[in-house]
Amino acid sequence: MAVLVNKDTRVLVAGMTGKEGTFHAQQMLEYGTKVVGGVTPGKGGTEHLGLPVFNTMQEAVDATQADAVLVFVPAPFAADSVLEAEAAGIPFITLITEGVPVQDMLKVATKMKARGTSRLLGGNCAGIITPGECKMGIMPGHIFKPGPIGMVSRSGTLTYEIAWELTRADLGQTTCVGIGGDPIPGTRFIEVMEVFEKDPATTAVVMVGEIGGTDEEAAAEYIKTMSKPVVAFISGRTAPPGKRMGHAGAIVSGGLGTAQSKVDALLAAGAKVADRTSDVPRLIMESLATATR
Amino acid sequence: MKLHEYQSKDLLAKYGVVVPGGRVAKNAADAQSIAEEYGGKVVVKAQVLMGGRGKAGGVKLFDNAAEAGTFAGELIGKRLVSIQNPAGMVVEQVLVAELVDIAEEYYLSVLLDRAAQKLLVMISREGGMEIEEVAEKNPEAIVRLLVDPVWGLADFEIRDAVMKAHIPGPAQRQMVAMIKSLVRAYIESDADLIEINPVALTPEGKLLAADAKVSLDENAVFRHPEFAATAEDSAEDPLEAEAAQKGIAYVRLGGDIGIMGNGAGLVMCSLDEVNAAGGRPANFLDVGGGANAERVKTCVELVLKDENVKGLLINIFGGITRGDQVAKGILTAFEQLDVNIPVVARIDGTGAEEGLELLKGSKIVGAATMQEAAKRIVELAYA
Repeated sequence: MAVLVNKDTRVLVAGMTGKEGTFHAQQMLEYGTKVVGGVTPGKGGTEHLGLPVFNTMQEAVDATQADAVLVFVPAPFAADSVLEAEAAGIPFITLITEGVPVQDMLKVATKMKARGTSRLLGGNCAGIITPGECKMGIMPGHIFKPGPIGMVSRSGTLTYEIAWELTRADLGQTTCVGIGGDPIPGTRFIEVMEVFEKDPATTAVVMVGEIGGTDEEAAAEYIKTMSKPVVAFISGRTAPPGKRMGHAGAIVSGGLGTAQSKVDALLAAGAKVADRTSDVPRLIMESLATATR
Repeated sequence: MKLHEYQSKDLLAKYGVVVPGGRVAKNAADAQSIAEEYGGKVVVKAQVLMGGRGKAGGVKLFDNAAEAGTFAGELIGKRLVSIQNPAGMVVEQVLVAELVDIAEEYYLSVLLDRAAQKLLVMISREGGMEIEEVAEKNPEAIVRLLVDPVWGLADFEIRDAVMKAHIPGPAQRQMVAMIKSLVRAYIESDADLIEINPVALTPEGKLLAADAKVSLDENAVFRHPEFAATAEDSAEDPLEAEAAQKGIAYVRLGGDIGIMGNGAGLVMCSLDEVNAAGGRPANFLDVGGGANAERVKTCVELVLKDENVKGLLINIFGGITRGDQVAKGILTAFEQLDVNIPVVARIDGTGAEEGLELLKGSKIVGAATMQEAAKRIVELAYA
């Protein structure tokens, strides 16, 4: 069972002929993802990894009936690629590219929200995986397994860390969603929480946040109304203010975005907050035991 | 990426913001001759990218060109130290600027409102002090105006906000013009912060930017090649500057346990674990996705250049980055560098078994989990 992507999702890869695009398209194919083609302007009509390559998103959609696209296009051209995918009617767009200018993302997010025809995940994210069905991203597939836990995270490697903890504790996942580490993400925590709340197969949700911004606090407001238990983990508790911790979005500035504020908001909303990643499986099991009692 | 005050003022002037006259000088003679152009009535300001430069003695007013020149000569080459920057920075150049008479001081800034996903203009009649202080003491003195990234702002919205901020009549039109210029400058130059504090109103009723702070979005430097050089040397710390040149995400944190790993989230989490175990992280370092042995070696070298480092924690969750590649990099670094501090490596995920196998027989301590690794390195480093 799955949210957002499943075994029938037909995935295009924009920038598939590049080095990263090639490597990850291959990994996705090996995982069993239905990759149906690539988009690289100027290389239309050729084949790559045994798949057709198209010049434009529209040509690719017309020929393959793709309903999702994974974008690896370099940062200066990434925003344009996302808008092209939206114009071609692709309902689900995931942007892996890191380093897209904030002004570009602001315009993209504003336009897409106004039109409401496509969902953007990312940029600067690891992508999304529905274990056993569809891996649309750069994560290592073998650390995930199918099951009832939904997961949403701003960080790629922390997703791996915690998914691996869950998998080893025999807590499989419905879908793991990477929303990315940029200041202006296409999809925010609260929107993914809403999707998990509605998904009958998801019994509990793990939310992995970090310092910077107030999206975790906004999600906490929604968590108050959720019927499903939520276990959260927040990284950067000891990060000093004013220092950007790798992700463009991970910075405490002007007194906003502290880990403490997020932890407090989540606890007040009834979520369990793990002090360390290794506590997540235990807290999930406790939450589920209480919920079914 | 912060710009110097003189760069900030030059940038804003291009968009029509009135700034006091002045130029930068790199020696006493130049400083004096610039001061003479303004009849000696100038302010000399150290051009260092650190907070608290005024309190550190980097800003002084003069009414005599010769004295201004002498002060500039003393300042250039001197290391300024402030509470915000205890390591301090050496002054390489000073801004010699015309001293303006100020009747009133206001505040103006443009920044990103992440929650609203819009630009935010903040206007206040209470200028001259930190905006955080105003927000605390007199929050109603700050007027906030959101700018839609696609639709922009209409003039009436700006006029409305300026009036709500109680900017007095004669200054209103100039303030509206300044806000328009600032928003344009923000968008067109890919800024992430523009702050003018104070906006000065002279006794003659002229509005100008007496100080200016501009910081640009590093990701957009490709659109502004004129700032590429600034991007490289805007790091406050020499090791951070070296890391920036090598394309490594490195942040100096002042402690003594060196930390590196793959992925910003995982490294941030490693810092938390080291702190929880009673250690003091020396740095944040993300080796990046898909790092090979050579890259890992470069990163180890960089962390060890910090002389305070007493122990090194390496935390890798293999995905695209392979654990065996990382292990090879660590071993090569050890062969080539004279490493005599304890090192704990936690390797999990892709290539973990091969990686840990490679490390067997070396001085490097393997660990199965991040928590265990943090505990071990703290024990070993402080033993």
